[in-house]
Amino acid sequence: MFKVLDDNHEFDTQISFDGKDHLVPSNITVAAAALLIGVKSIRETPVTGAKRMPLCMMGVCYECLMKIDGVGNQRSCQTLVRQGMVIERQIGATEVEAEYYEA
Amino acid sequence: MQYDVIVIGGGMVGAATAYGLAKQGQKVLVLDGEDLTLSASKANFGLVWVQGKGWDHAPYAQWCQIATNLWPELSDELKATQVDISYQRRGGFDFCINEQEWQERESMMSALWKNTDGMFEYEMLNHSKLKKMIPEISKSVIGASFSPQDGHVDPLALLQALCKAMQNLGVTYMGNCLVEAITPTHGEYVVKGAKGVFTAGKIVLCAGLANGQLGEQLGMNIPVVAERGQVLITERLKPFLKWPTLNVRQTAQGTVQIGDSHEDVGLNDGTTPEVLKQIAQRAVLMFPLLSSVHLVRAWGGLRILTPDGNPIYQQSTSNPGVFSVTCHSGVTLAAAHAGPLCDWILGDSYLPVIEQFSMDRFDV
Ligand SMILES: Cc1cc2nc3c(=O)[nH]c(=O)nc-3n(C[C@H](O)[C@H](O)[C@H](O)COP(=O)(O)OP(=O)(O)OC[C@H]3O[C@@H](n4cnc5c(N)ncnc54)[C@H](O)[C@@H]3O)c2cc1C
Ligand code: FES
Repeated sequence: MFKVLDDNHEFDTQISFDGKDHLVPSNITVAAAALLIGVKSIRETPVTGAKRMPLCMMGVCYECLMKIDGVGNQRSCQTLVRQGMVIERQIGATEVEAEYYEA
Repeated sequence: MQYDVIVIGGGMVGAATAYGLAKQGQKVLVLDGEDLTLSASKANFGLVWVQGKGWDHAPYAQWCQIATNLWPELSDELKATQVDISYQRRGGFDFCINEQEWQERESMMSALWKNTDGMFEYEMLNHSKLKKMIPEISKSVIGASFSPQDGHVDPLALLQALCKAMQNLGVTYMGNCLVEAITPTHGEYVVKGAKGVFTAGKIVLCAGLANGQLGEQLGMNIPVVAERGQVLITERLKPFLKWPTLNVRQTAQGTVQIGDSHEDVGLNDGTTPEVLKQIAQRAVLMFPLLSSVHLVRAWGGLRILTPDGNPIYQQSTSNPGVFSVTCHSGVTLAAAHAGPLCDWILGDSYLPVIEQFSMDRFDV
């Protein structure tokens, strides 16, 4: 559905999206990468489990929350892709990071 | 006379009272303010709480017992509205972070126990007992008081449910209808509001901080004081905290609500970075895992306090039939307002404890 307008873009950045590897241009956001790859939904809401996609693409609506490099509820429209980035759909509420538990 | 009772103010207190009056067959009109009129009911913490309430004033301790024991019944009744109020009564904690707090808490709890003739149930838990119940608790918390009688609710849903329930019983609700004047004429009262003029035999003032001005028109000098509390809300998290605590609670939908402050700033209901920082720091001190969590909202709300912190339930002496209901903890007390308080307003046989909340106590 979406394509990159500038033909000179190199698809040189490898990201993993829900376990599958993809090559995408550098300097695009994770949300843009999701649209480019053509995923059907990037998260499921915590209360009703409704499937969602990015909406405003400018950081205000929080519809684009994803798990990025192990950290939940990240706004994917405000995060640039990076070589080797691991991106997962955000299913329901995020878990509080166990590593922050006090010994 | 158009109505039996006009309730002025449709917050938690007005809605609960109107609902209770309608249950007793009264024809009720609720006149409410505007979206931006100050409203504690839209800014609070949602605790249905007895711990600490009335440790220095036995009638208040007893009244809170009555209210919280009636709460499960209210919650059941409100199910008919289909609004999920997420009411839970599994108990609640109030933490102590040093020895002095522990000692003060212990004597407060035993005073409360005495004030309720042993009806108040509680336990003091040291750190290791506490940690068994809440593994996420930090070692800075040396212990806690726990009462199995405490609980919490979604306060916005509660307000919505009460409004729906009262309207199902025939109550007329009129929003955007700030009341300007109340005048006694021929044994009834004429109320002039933004949307018209209405008459009734009885008036119940439930306008929160505005009760002061409204009461003045009828010769009642109701002392109300505003106190600001700021509150923080986190992103939704998987359930980790089963019980509400005085400062941190996880809502049924996963957000963590963190409170709160006690500030004397007049009618300013804004937020300040300094206070929010203190609130967040205290929460992280208690629950270190919160340090990695995103905050999504913050707000300030104004508590409606009286000089001694206890409710004022007063019928006007010069204008009988006019009642003032002014209180903090309107969430906790909702079940009492929807029940025993209405018996008193209607002049039926009522619980004698209600008379302890008259304003006479201030004229010493
Ligand atoms: C930060 C914070 C935390 C709190 N936490 C808790 C808690 O955990 N548990 C608990 O039990 N309580 C808590 N409270 C207290 C509780 O929120 C209040 O006791 C309760 O909401 C008061 O309800 P009310 O209807 O009296 O007042 P309000 O909610 O202020 O409602 C007053 C209503 O009157 C209307 N009004 C005003 N003037 C007029 C007029 N002239 N004509 C017509 N209508 C008018 C307003 O529009 C408003 O709807 C908290 C309060 C705050 C601020
Ligand atoms: S799409 Fe709206 S915040 Fe990311």
